[in-house]
Amino acid sequence: MPRWLRLPTGTNIVLAGLALLLLWQVGAWLVNSSILPGPGGVLLAFPSELRRGLMGHVMISAYRVGVSILLAGAVAAPLGMVMGLNRTLYTFTAPLVYVSYPIPKIVFLPLFLLFFGLGDMPKIAMIFLILFFQVLLLVRDAAQNVRAELVFSVRSLGAHGWQLLRYVYFPASLPALLSALRVSTGTAIAVLFFVESFGTSSGLGYYILVESWGRLDYTRMYVGVLSMALLGLATYYLLDFLEARLCRWTRVGG
Amino acid sequence: MERGESWAIIGPSGCGKTTLLYLLAGLRRPERGQVFVASKPLRGPRRATGLILQDYGLLPWATAAENIDLGLRLRGIDGRERRRRVMEWMTHLGIASLAGRYPAQLSGGQRQRVAIARTLALEPDLLLMDEPFSALDALTREELQGLALELAVGRGLTTVLVTHSIEEAVFLGRRILVLGHPPVSAPDVIENPGAGDSSYRAQPEFHRVVRELRQRIQGTRAVVASKGE
Repeated sequence: MPRWLRLPTGTNIVLAGLALLLLWQVGAWLVNSSILPGPGGVLLAFPSELRRGLMGHVMISAYRVGVSILLAGAVAAPLGMVMGLNRTLYTFTAPLVYVSYPIPKIVFLPLFLLFFGLGDMPKIAMIFLILFFQVLLLVRDAAQNVRAELVFSVRSLGAHGWQLLRYVYFPASLPALLSALRVSTGTAIAVLFFVESFGTSSGLGYYILVESWGRLDYTRMYVGVLSMALLGLATYYLLDFLEARLCRWTRVGG
Repeated sequence: MERGESWAIIGPSGCGKTTLLYLLAGLRRPERGQVFVASKPLRGPRRATGLILQDYGLLPWATAAENIDLGLRLRGIDGRERRRRVMEWMTHLGIASLAGRYPAQLSGGQRQRVAIARTLALEPDLLLMDEPFSALDALTREELQGLALELAVGRGLTTVLVTHSIEEAVFLGRRILVLGHPPVSAPDVIENPGAGDSSYRAQPEFHRVVRELRQRIQGTRAVVASKGE
């Protein structure tokens, strides 16, 4: 995994956060207008906003993105593994994946809205679809690239069928699965913002665009933006933490 | 091959050495004919056959101890007995202090010790090795060759070693199968009764067999070259 994607240490994160706040403050001073309030006022408005309904929006957004991530992992990872292991299946699906991967999935949103209505379904389906391809490809390639020697030697120890899946192919694909999800967090949150911007009355996207921006309440808008950033950061951190715990072997020297 | 014999298989790249070993391990099936191990036709990997490869045989995501444990676990042996055997073999091979390390944190020699421990913990009667020491530096290689010899002879294991090193074949193989390029040259067997003694390398007989083996191998090459013209 590239070095720049790894989680920096705690102090560095705090320092980087402070640096961003400082940059924001300087920007606010320079612009000197209500459309860019400083971080102080925004942070002060946070607690009261949480009490006035922001918490609910955060929860519904976290729910939508969380379920999408879990679904993408649960569906795309096994499928990717099977596609990587079965030569026939690989041959048939590779062109299909190749053709459909670059299609911007977000353009299907109107279709999803028609099919699934206005509830959580089309939003979850949209984020799921985008994550699905990222996970599918990385897991498929990881499963396919397991060394033949490793499979031979584990088979010689007596492993067969599902034991090979459990002891070889699953752990070999796990870093790919978690990396794919983690690297896609940014996209997932961006899509979340987009799908929450219309046809709904809940979620951070709605909160930012309709409840704040639409009402010219800029401080509130920044509270929403900050919440969305924190949601992304928390998701990223959680996946990174899982990867560090479950795939410790990828981070040792050698 | 008879029970308790130690064989070395040597030959040029692409002559089918490794394929032969995988056939013996039951990991590949012959297109024609049958492989018999212990008088039974082989239909898949056999429980009492151990396999050690040059590299990449260990699970990168499992620690040394977990790697050694894997075969025992696959055989459904209970936890306490597994821990006892893993510890015993790690101590025996001098790698007990490396129990919690991942393969990436081990040297080539240490990795092969783990691979040997993993295989021998299953108490095999047939040990198959595919160039197990060729990626190691000279000192480590001789050390592990000595260890392999001691373990194999001490337990009366039947061993088959695939190698491209003439010295290694002569040191470890009491009978040496020389493969050429089929169908151009026929396989050839050299008797080498001196192997199995840890001081064999220092004896004149060792060097005589090394010379003989080298000539035979060059012989098969010459045949290939002249037929190719």
